[in-house]
Amino acid sequence: MQQIVNFLFKNSITLLFLLLLGISLTFTIQSHAYHRSQAVSSANAVTGYTSEQINNVEAYFGLREQNEQLAAENAQLKRLLYNTQDSTNRPPVTLPTELGTYKVIQSKVIINSYSKQDNYLTISSGARDGIKPDMGVVSSQGVIGYIENTSAGYATVISVLNSKFRLGAKIKKNNHFGTLTWNGKNTGFAQLVDVPRLATVIKGDTIVTGAESTIFPENIPIGTIEKVYIDKKTNYYTLDIRLFNDMTSLGYIYVIENKDKKEIEQLQQATTNE
Amino acid sequence: MNSTVLINILRFLALLAVQVVVCNKISLFGFLVPYPYILYILLYPVNGNKAVLLISAFFLGLFIDMYLNTGGPHSVACVVLAYMRPTFFKFSFGVSYEYQTIKINDRLSPERLSFIFICVVLHHLILFLLETFRFSLILDALLHTLYTTIFTLIICVITIYLIKPAKQL
Repeated sequence: MQQIVNFLFKNSITLLFLLLLGISLTFTIQSHAYHRSQAVSSANAVTGYTSEQINNVEAYFGLREQNEQLAAENAQLKRLLYNTQDSTNRPPVTLPTELGTYKVIQSKVIINSYSKQDNYLTISSGARDGIKPDMGVVSSQGVIGYIENTSAGYATVISVLNSKFRLGAKIKKNNHFGTLTWNGKNTGFAQLVDVPRLATVIKGDTIVTGAESTIFPENIPIGTIEKVYIDKKTNYYTLDIRLFNDMTSLGYIYVIENKDKKEIEQLQQATTNE
Repeated sequence: MNSTVLINILRFLALLAVQVVVCNKISLFGFLVPYPYILYILLYPVNGNKAVLLISAFFLGLFIDMYLNTGGPHSVACVVLAYMRPTFFKFSFGVSYEYQTIKINDRLSPERLSFIFICVVLHHLILFLLETFRFSLILDALLHTLYTTIFTLIICVITIYLIKPAKQL
């Protein structure tokens, strides 16, 4: 017994080191393990609050840019409004259900990261504002990511620039599907992989979100095709997509909730279980 | 004794604040972020309590992880650096370092520079290897380590010079 105590006493620093190393390594490995597993994140009261204060000061330097973006978005919405056909002879479209399905919450990015392999954003709304994990995040220009963790007042977002990010997307012109990923190299470009070889892909074509996503509504813009090459392993096309969003400077964003998400997922689960 | 404790607490808070408010926003050429917060571990008194250093280094890394949403690599790197510090002291200043009154934040001698350099390299190597966490990207991680080491080293040396004007000169 005496010897055990002596041993513990003599090696207390090493034991403390091993304990702390174990804890921090656990955090690290956990965060790389799978989606929504991060134990240490900025979505908590202390780091969220301080980051918001810092961002409040920084936001003043980008006001002009924000105004211009808002004006451009308004112009686009006005264009839609003025160009709608006469409501009396419009064919019965599925608009009412579409309007009812999605809920939009406005929020603001307070921490933005883009220099790593796995980038996360932190936004200034959380569970209190009705934000839940796996809701989509877009800006006026296009897709940004989806919610990973929430706390009462803040939430973290897996950005497009994250190796865990996956999104079903399609070429707007001919509806050929692929999966949007990021290879970790350039912040201006994402990759659309697994596009079938029979698809006609032309540089400059627009990529939008696909219909099979339960997170995003269909036809939200993502980017344009910049480069086309063939994946030697799978023999599918891989496309470099130039993103519409400048991921290095983000301000106000919208969080989209799909009210039918649970229903769709339950149905899919029930079907695959059989 | 009391004043050194106070100075170290202040240094902890100041370096954390500088890292979060200023350095995390720098991204030179789009991907280089310096991490001068490790100066806290380097400047901790040579004969200070090692357990306190380990625990405070762990929390320093944890806070940085929270702000950067990295999930853990900073705390691993900080804890390892805090534990390995005596070894590096021995390497840079000779075996009898404990009997000399070493001050890191003094005029820059080759010994001090080599000490800071080794510490920064170790910290950044662990940090970037754990951050990428993939064998296929190991080369990218090493390159990232190299560039960021240079950047952090420059910022660290400048900080030391700015805060401690060379009185001996």
